[in-house]
Amino acid sequence: MKAIVTILAVAALASVPLWLRDPYLLNALITTGIFVIGAMSLNLLLGFTGQLSLGHIAFFGIGAYVSALTSLGFDIGLPGGFRLVHAPWPPIIGFVLAILIAGLCGYFVGLLSFRVRGAYFVIVTISFAEVVRLVALNWVELTQGPLALTNIPSIALPLPGFGELTLRTKFHNYYLVLVVALIAYLLIARLVHSHFGRSMRGLMENETLAVSVGIDVTRTLTIAAVISAAIAGAAGSLYAHYIRIIDPEVFAFINTVTMVIMVITGGKGSLAGPVVGGLIFGLLPVGLRPVMAPEAQWIAYGGVLIAILFVLPRGIVPSLALRLAKWRRPAGPPPVTVTETAAKEPA
Amino acid sequence: MSEFLQHLINMLVLGGTYALLGIGLTLIFGIMNVVNFTHGVLYTFGAYIMFIVVQQLGLNFFLALPVAVLAGWLLGAAIELTLLRPLRGSDIDTTMLVMIGAWIAMQSGTLWIWGGVAKSVTTPFPEAPLVLGPVSVSWLRLFVLAAAAMLILVTYLLINKTSLGRAMRATFQDHDTASLMGVNVDMIYTSTFAIGSSLAAAAGALLGPVYVIFPQMGDLAAVKAFAIVILGGLGNITGAVIGGFILALAEELGAGYVSSGYRDAMGFLIIIAVLIFRPTGLFARAERVG
Repeated sequence: MKAIVTILAVAALASVPLWLRDPYLLNALITTGIFVIGAMSLNLLLGFTGQLSLGHIAFFGIGAYVSALTSLGFDIGLPGGFRLVHAPWPPIIGFVLAILIAGLCGYFVGLLSFRVRGAYFVIVTISFAEVVRLVALNWVELTQGPLALTNIPSIALPLPGFGELTLRTKFHNYYLVLVVALIAYLLIARLVHSHFGRSMRGLMENETLAVSVGIDVTRTLTIAAVISAAIAGAAGSLYAHYIRIIDPEVFAFINTVTMVIMVITGGKGSLAGPVVGGLIFGLLPVGLRPVMAPEAQWIAYGGVLIAILFVLPRGIVPSLALRLAKWRRPAGPPPVTVTETAAKEPA
Repeated sequence: MSEFLQHLINMLVLGGTYALLGIGLTLIFGIMNVVNFTHGVLYTFGAYIMFIVVQQLGLNFFLALPVAVLAGWLLGAAIELTLLRPLRGSDIDTTMLVMIGAWIAMQSGTLWIWGGVAKSVTTPFPEAPLVLGPVSVSWLRLFVLAAAAMLILVTYLLINKTSLGRAMRATFQDHDTASLMGVNVDMIYTSTFAIGSSLAAAAGALLGPVYVIFPQMGDLAAVKAFAIVILGGLGNITGAVIGGFILALAEELGAGYVSSGYRDAMGFLIIIAVLIFRPTGLFARAERVG
């Protein structure tokens, strides 16, 4: 049943560019897809280890800048009169490097910040993102600062025997984002259902107990941070090569908040949650644009976030799953028990 | 040398308002265990109240300041009663996300009402600065320092010498026991949030006329306030005051001797450094973090 729903959903998503001819809507879907990948990576940390990273856009932005700079090349002065010159490489290498370097940054942030938890972890991650933003703004020689990196080449796929396929059109980019999103989804699903995934949830439910049964908490959290950061870096790279221009505004705090809203609304700790939340909040501006000024849209965003937390604190997907379970088993055990086991079961 | 003295003078002026911001946040954080993302919006709100009273209503500058403090108090109480009281007992992540939602909505509201163009407030102080040997300081900044010092003193007395302050300290130590001893904890929470918010509004009302007023001005102020709270330790008022001046000094020296582009990075670097080397804050007694 669940597999059929998943296959139908993927098939429906894959068919969109075949019948949707409106470039504005297709563009909205592509950027939404990129943010959904970011939201899925955030969900890995927030939903499965309980750590709220409010600097998640830093990994996304680092991925975008690494990928852009790899494919554009740069020439910077180093202390001591040396110069570091890099000739442009194919964007596909930039994509790989973006994943690796974002993951590495995730490792260092994890190493530093998993000494603390809760509110402190949140503030460390915000600080990290702000420092990265200020570096991107001020290191003009490397990043062009507020002037932005422009003319970023599109990703080209090497096809053996056919030369190269440059993914420049929206049609191509839609499928590229869809494929990367599917890979990220499957990767996270595998991870969550593995032994490692049980360690993550175990320490989220009860850290002291997790330690006592031999889970290395810091190591588990750091690995989760590395994978999460790497996926965010991949999303950032896709963004850079699709939009083809990036400036330090990519690090704006509001972008992290957008991802958090997607995860919370859809349902943290649920695999489909960030996808559902992401599609709603990614496409909401499209629907609201004709009827509301941009400022009013943001007011609505804030209001919807508050309303969701008050009305559906678990998010849309887990609440719907609960409804469905109740509806299919009307004579079964009382719904409260279903809730409790669903929440407490270590998978 | 005179350059260094000038930085010290600037540090004093900036540090006073940073201390106000930090005290407000540390009270809310320490007593209510709420990560208050609306703190920056209250700062912006205070500055806009100054703008409304002085520029739009044409009233006296010195009258505008208490109006801003009062308005901050009322808005803070309203936020607490509508958003935080129904969520009493929720985990810290939920209240934090609700505060983020309120922050987005209120900041966008400010942008909607007053637009994104920066506003400035005319002050009754003379243009010519006060020159003291090698350094100079504007009369407006001197007034800001004096007003901030007075507000810090009032808050200190309120917390340490009044029965409301005693009840707040008791709630901070153990809200269950405080409740058993007859303290109305709900009332303490609302008062704490209102007092913290009025201090943020006061900081905005004081610094707004020094710089310019725009809807996003509170964002950096909020993160600086978090830096100060972490520096000083949770719920530690003296720590918040000292933390405010340390952050101001770091920013002045960083802007003066490193690069002015990295002025605002100082707060974040301090946060990261403190959490690595001394996660309970510089002035906290040993206590568990997180």
